[in-house]
Amino acid sequence: MANGTVTSSEYITHHLEHLTWGRLPDGAWGIAQNAEQAKEMGFWALNLDTFFVSLFLGAIFLFIFGRAAKAANSGVPSGLVNFAEWMVEFVEDSVKGSFSGKNTLVAPLALTIFFWIYLMNWMDLIPVDYVPSLAKALGVPFFKVVPTTDPNATFGMSIGVFILVVYYSIKIKGLGGFIGELTLQPFGKFGLPANLFLEGVNLISKPVSLALRLFGNMYAGEMIFILIAILPFWVQWTLSLPWAIFHILIVTLQAFIFMTLTIVYLDMAHQEHH
Amino acid sequence: MNINATLLGQTIMFAMFVWFCMRFVWPPITNAMGERAKKISDGLAAGERGKTELELATKRSLEILHEAKQKAAEVISQAEHRASQIVEEAKNSAKEEGERLLSGAKAEIEQEVFRARESLRDQVASLAVAGAEKILRQEIDAGKHAELLKTIRSEL
Repeated sequence: MANGTVTSSEYITHHLEHLTWGRLPDGAWGIAQNAEQAKEMGFWALNLDTFFVSLFLGAIFLFIFGRAAKAANSGVPSGLVNFAEWMVEFVEDSVKGSFSGKNTLVAPLALTIFFWIYLMNWMDLIPVDYVPSLAKALGVPFFKVVPTTDPNATFGMSIGVFILVVYYSIKIKGLGGFIGELTLQPFGKFGLPANLFLEGVNLISKPVSLALRLFGNMYAGEMIFILIAILPFWVQWTLSLPWAIFHILIVTLQAFIFMTLTIVYLDMAHQEHH
Repeated sequence: MNINATLLGQTIMFAMFVWFCMRFVWPPITNAMGERAKKISDGLAAGERGKTELELATKRSLEILHEAKQKAAEVISQAEHRASQIVEEAKNSAKEEGERLLSGAKAEIEQEVFRARESLRDQVASLAVAGAEKILRQEIDAGKHAELLKTIRSEL
């Protein structure tokens, strides 16, 4: 829906810009009006759109499941409770399938990850112009509605998972065991530098791959929606409809993959293999 | 697409969501599910138990029915036996009674006959005596010939 006054590249960059709040060049705190300003804000800035959309969606998830949890009893389940129990059972089965240890954190963690990412990914199916247009009408310069197309969100989660992986590795195997795992295999103690390098890459790749896989998929999907939106309006649906239907699969699949890999990584953290 | 403090915010938010889910969402739902599973399995077990109990009761009732039938048949045959016995007894007693009556009657008749014969003999004797008296009135003294008369009388 590019109109005459906006070029395609301007349209695309506008859609890819976050609503960033931080210290402006003149020293005041405020919202960046363009990409350069946002970049200059450095680390101490906040992507308001990512932050509030993800907060809102997480709250919706917890509200729905919290209500279901309150209503849950051993009698005949109502529709909502039934749904929640179905999801809980699905996650529990996944955890049972890949997690061999005993940890009450893993299953709720997996449920939260799955649903939160699922809801955030679903934002991708809102037509790309709706939210930015609405934001513009309200005087907000940018609004990127899909939090999972922001690496901050995906890395935020994967770093949380990474912290848990390291924490449980040390807790289960002891600090010595964890360091031993990093340094004494696969080549024995004489190949220590090589071991450290290989195992270090192995360890670091976990959060990076988690975050980048989700981010890459959702960013690419969003990008294609934006590109389709540049086409003439009467031809858009021939591409956007199949892509959206295909995207429903990706949305679910990515949430599921993130959840499953989290479970697998935590399982590896719980296993002692020497 | 800059990495900024949103990263920290998201991590903290993530931790809070997980904590909430772990504290308030997961346990009640899984508990309810476990309880329901237990309830259902209990119900199924109770149903199974009820079924076997019903089967047992059916078997038992059949047995009782059979027993009752047997008893009834026994009672009937006993009654029949007793009835025939009573009939037999009645027959016998009737026969006996008849015979007794018959023999009584016979004895009476005999007695009557005897008595009649006695009186007849007496009468005949007295008639004979009277006849003889009449014949012999003149020549025979009753006192003298009493011995003779007596002999005659006993021969009659």
